[in-house]
Amino acid sequence: VSKRIETGNTACALAVQACNIDYMAAYPITPQTTLSEKIASWAASGEFKGKYVLVESEHSAMSAVTAASATGARTFTATSSQGLLHMHEILHYASGGRLPVVMANINRAVLAPWCLYADHQDSISQRDTGWLQLFCACHQEIYDSVFLAYKVAEKTEIPVMISYDGFLLSHSLLPFDTVDDEIIKKYLPDRDPAWFLHPENGGNFSNVAMAAEYSAYRHRLADDTMASLQVFRDAINEYENLTGRKQPGLIEASGPEDAEIFILSMGSMASEMEIVASELTTQGKKASALKVRLYRPFPSEELADILPDGSTLIVLDRNIAYGHHGGVLYMEARSALYGINKKIKVLGGSVGLGGVDLTTSVLLDEVNRLLGGEKA
Amino acid sequence: MSENIRENKLESAVNPMVGLPHGEISKDKSHNNEEVAALSSKLADMPDYEMVLKGTGACAGCPSPMGLRIVGKVLGPNSVVVMTPSCTVASTGMMPKSCFDIPVLNCAFASAAATASGITGAYDALIEKGRIKGPKPTVFTWIGDGGTYDIGLQGLSAAAERNEDFIYFCYNNEAYGNTGMQRSGATPLHAITTTTPGGKTENKKNLPILMLEHKCAYVATASISYPQDLFRKVAKAKAIKGFRYIEVHSPCGPGWKIPWSETVDMGRRAVKTGAWALWESENGKFTINPPTLQIAQGKAKPASLEEYVGLQGRFALVTRSPDKDKIIAEMEEDIQNDLKRLLARL
Repeated sequence: VSKRIETGNTACALAVQACNIDYMAAYPITPQTTLSEKIASWAASGEFKGKYVLVESEHSAMSAVTAASATGARTFTATSSQGLLHMHEILHYASGGRLPVVMANINRAVLAPWCLYADHQDSISQRDTGWLQLFCACHQEIYDSVFLAYKVAEKTEIPVMISYDGFLLSHSLLPFDTVDDEIIKKYLPDRDPAWFLHPENGGNFSNVAMAAEYSAYRHRLADDTMASLQVFRDAINEYENLTGRKQPGLIEASGPEDAEIFILSMGSMASEMEIVASELTTQGKKASALKVRLYRPFPSEELADILPDGSTLIVLDRNIAYGHHGGVLYMEARSALYGINKKIKVLGGSVGLGGVDLTTSVLLDEVNRLLGGEKA
Repeated sequence: MSENIRENKLESAVNPMVGLPHGEISKDKSHNNEEVAALSSKLADMPDYEMVLKGTGACAGCPSPMGLRIVGKVLGPNSVVVMTPSCTVASTGMMPKSCFDIPVLNCAFASAAATASGITGAYDALIEKGRIKGPKPTVFTWIGDGGTYDIGLQGLSAAAERNEDFIYFCYNNEAYGNTGMQRSGATPLHAITTTTPGGKTENKKNLPILMLEHKCAYVATASISYPQDLFRKVAKAKAIKGFRYIEVHSPCGPGWKIPWSETVDMGRRAVKTGAWALWESENGKFTINPPTLQIAQGKAKPASLEEYVGLQGRFALVTRSPDKDKIIAEMEEDIQNDLKRLLARL
């Protein structure tokens, strides 16, 4: 274990480098670029032992890593914003093909108009592609999530996306602890797929299927996605045991045990929210910040268990669920809490779009406005 | 079968060129050069290996399994093929069946070259790390002209520029066959397709030349009607490392509105009229193959374009046009100009 102070993109690159990646493809886009540049520098020096391919688009980046994954390789790519949208078609292919690709998406607003800054619309627009999605609130989570992502992806054979906020995390310097390579090797042995593309194995991958076969594959993916909740919990436990370092749960609460107000959010905003909750508690409103670490599948049970009967849940989203009030977490929370045997008031709104600065005071104002009956 | 096709069948049946392959080449003095010798080698001398198994669902007379069969005889069983949505995939046999002896990876339409890049690159990495044993499988694609000229062009160009180690085969039937014959960037001027019912008003692009300008290790044009030439070119490509492009001209019965028995004949006519040129470029050394060379040099008389066009229902609007002679003359002039440009590259 060593303490580092690096950018979020470097934290991600260091973890990727420790995973003994076999194949990586990448295409530049702000604010992802410094991540793929960092790994390119290790590829040039020979420290990165995999094949690193500089493709001409994100569509090709995702196509190349999914195909490489089909050969049994451990693969990585990274993108942001439009790049992620450009990959959309192949994201479905990766999950449908049960190819355990891992990708970092450095969250950035989407067109139109152009905007470079943090916003979760890119990731949440991929909600129904069948990818598992982790969100990170700090550099330590970025670093640790990479190992967790490979562990779960290769166990479930479902691809995993790790999202963290552009610039706020990708380009800011924050301290984090690294893990020794020996421990990572133990946690992540070489990939050993049940089948891989090779003449000795035969097969026709992704051939045309009739409805019965197709629907069976899709239902299995849906079931395995839900089952991945337990795989994530187990993977977190194993990581904690090997590293001796406490990990946040799928939804992590931070605040007094007897909190009555809960504020749910994800991304870097969730770190800020711990201060907001503490501030509210000081003001006499007992508040707890809830950080969503796993967005897909959504840990509904965890959320329902945390919230006591009669409490208020405020949901702040850095995205918009068009055609519905607020953002996607608000929808998730309403859905997770529907029909449970507790009465919980759920309020929510969209904030921080396009990188609007979410300082403690801005967030406090939003929370108080919602508590006061106003819409965000 | 429409009346139109039946009529064509009759016309071609009485045509003296049917069943006389390479008739003009044999008169040519360059007969003894190595390429002609290779061209005249027998199909029976090729390896017995069949990559396309019995039971393909392709139309009778489909050029795709014909071409792939020859390709398979060269590449052998230690191969992996990438396919995009196409007639070849649609005729593979539904999951869990497959008419191919080698593994197939079906990918998204625009993804062929990037997908093949991922496979070949991953094999390199896994072989280097000792996780895959034995000789590296040959990675190749088998993609139609739609997936090559149009939606897949960006990825194809980039894979060529990166000199990725695989063979990109385009089997060019000059339209989107699988979706029912819509126009593509490879559809020739005047051809009727379901989206150009009045005949295509634009020229096709010259993609093989565009690939040549990528400075690939090997670029060649071929035809399913010249299996020995195709065999030799695939063998040459197989021995080269890096990016290789081979485009196989593939007349399509339903698409071209020709009898299904006439696929091979129409492919020969395409070459002998000069409408399809056979050439290759190995590390920058450009060669025009027979009979294209002889036609281009004026040593062999090109076959009748009027007949070639007249036998194809897709050119019915040319055939029936009061300006038919003028249009045919313009088409002939275009062909001659293309051939001159090829000669200039020698």
